[in-house]
Amino acid sequence: MSNQRVIDQLQLDLESLPDWEDRYAYIISLADRLAPFPEKYRTDTFLVKGCQSRVWLHAEINSGLVTMDADSEALIVKGLVGMLMMIFNNRTPEEILQTTDGFIEVLGLSKHLSQNRSSGLASMIKQIKLFAIAFMAQHA
Amino acid sequence: MSDTQTIAPPFDIEVLRNEFPNISDTAASGRPIVYLDTAATAHKPLQVINRISEFYSKQNSNVHRGVHTLSAQATAYYEESRKEVQSFLHAESADEIVFTKGTTESVNLVAYTWGERNVGAGDEILLTEMEHHANIVPWQMLCERKSATIKIIPVLDNGELDMDAIDSLISEKTKIVAVTHVSNTLGTINDIATICDKARRHGIVSFVDGAQAVMHLEVDVQKIGCDFYAFSAHKLYGPTGVGILYGRKALLESMPPFMGGGAMIDTVTFQKTTYANAPGRFEAGTPNIAGIIGMAEAIRWFRKIDVNQLAAYEANCTSILLDTLRSIDNITVLGAAEHRIGIATFVADGAHAHDIGILLDEQGIAVRTGHHCTMPLLQRFGVQQTVRASLGAYSNQADVEAFGNALQKSLRMLQ
Repeated sequence: MSNQRVIDQLQLDLESLPDWEDRYAYIISLADRLAPFPEKYRTDTFLVKGCQSRVWLHAEINSGLVTMDADSEALIVKGLVGMLMMIFNNRTPEEILQTTDGFIEVLGLSKHLSQNRSSGLASMIKQIKLFAIAFMAQHA
Repeated sequence: MSDTQTIAPPFDIEVLRNEFPNISDTAASGRPIVYLDTAATAHKPLQVINRISEFYSKQNSNVHRGVHTLSAQATAYYEESRKEVQSFLHAESADEIVFTKGTTESVNLVAYTWGERNVGAGDEILLTEMEHHANIVPWQMLCERKSATIKIIPVLDNGELDMDAIDSLISEKTKIVAVTHVSNTLGTINDIATICDKARRHGIVSFVDGAQAVMHLEVDVQKIGCDFYAFSAHKLYGPTGVGILYGRKALLESMPPFMGGGAMIDTVTFQKTTYANAPGRFEAGTPNIAGIIGMAEAIRWFRKIDVNQLAAYEANCTSILLDTLRSIDNITVLGAAEHRIGIATFVADGAHAHDIGILLDEQGIAVRTGHHCTMPLLQRFGVQQTVRASLGAYSNQADVEAFGNALQKSLRMLQ
């Protein structure tokens, strides 16, 4: 599934939910989709800066695709991380960089996230894109 | 000056709440916000908001040095504000009141002026394990400059200071004891009079961080016997960006200036500048005039309330808050001091503080999550991320009940 189709599906799912509790329950459920985080990466090196709760993100490139492991100690944030992984994991660096941050608005997340939280989300996306840029530079 | 309702005893919580636009009005969402973050900053009563507005719209002028009527009037309000603070703290003289930007600047002022002159290599500074970072970092910076060291009065499991440890921690090298009056994380009210007394007997200077105390307790610096006392206006229902440093006159007069500039001088030539006496020596540049006048108005507003009635009212709300938290499974409240104010910091087994904060916010409950600028204290209790609910004079039982219900719902969602 292209990452645009993933975003479209997430939007459909979220819009079908009538109230905030269901939307949060849905976001929390996405945490379950994350693969177990390799403990060797749970270090300060892989912490994403700018998040209120700790978020770890490790990325490598395999056969041209950016493969990521991510985790958070907080459940809602972990759900958001799960959502980001659905959109960005196992994509080419080009695909990652072509995805505009507008999807946050599309998913209606910005109105559910306070300034602190949406800037945390933006920090995660920025880190994912930095990895993509670094991998592109490596292979240029 | 302002035509607001007077809260004459008996203490009427509904009248009081109506004086706070941010409490009595509903939020943009159309639902009232339950504000349990007063320890971070208090809302402002209309009397204070109106006074600041009145100053800017009708009286604005710079203070001191002005020959014209407006400036003379602004100077009069400014110096009256100093007297208001003097009276509020029961200081001996208005010259003992220095206007600063806030508690943080007050600590830094003492660390950079008194500290620079009186702390040397090998000297010791005594702090407590429950200090706010603002009452740790400036002393650490001083210690780094001077090769001095910090000693710590431990906190007991119940959130009170280990008073028995103080005598053994004081040595001939101890130069200052800096201690918080009330913990911003545990709510514990410390026996600062005893600590200041111990310090004085050993010829040690005492500094009290009153940021969380002045809006809950009667503060009398002479009875406490401290050398310095600091607080911020914004936690006392006044504006942000204004604070107070009280210092005993002899000490203030012995201290070098903090920042150089206008207003703090006596005479200036390119060869040499002589400095004004305290407190002017510490007030370089144009001060936050409207803020200072607003702070004085906040004190006037606050002093209309009988502080004993307020304390009794707040103690009742606090015990409802603590009972509510203790009735919920898997919640642990940090500290259980006998003498405390309306602050409850807690953790929940299996639920991250940040998640709880998010879900409470969705339900219109404003709390604080994180370390509350007391990382060493949280480390002592073996926790990292916590939720803090804190009460103000305007908090009521309905706020606490709404919080309890919203918290239970949040925990269910996070199971």
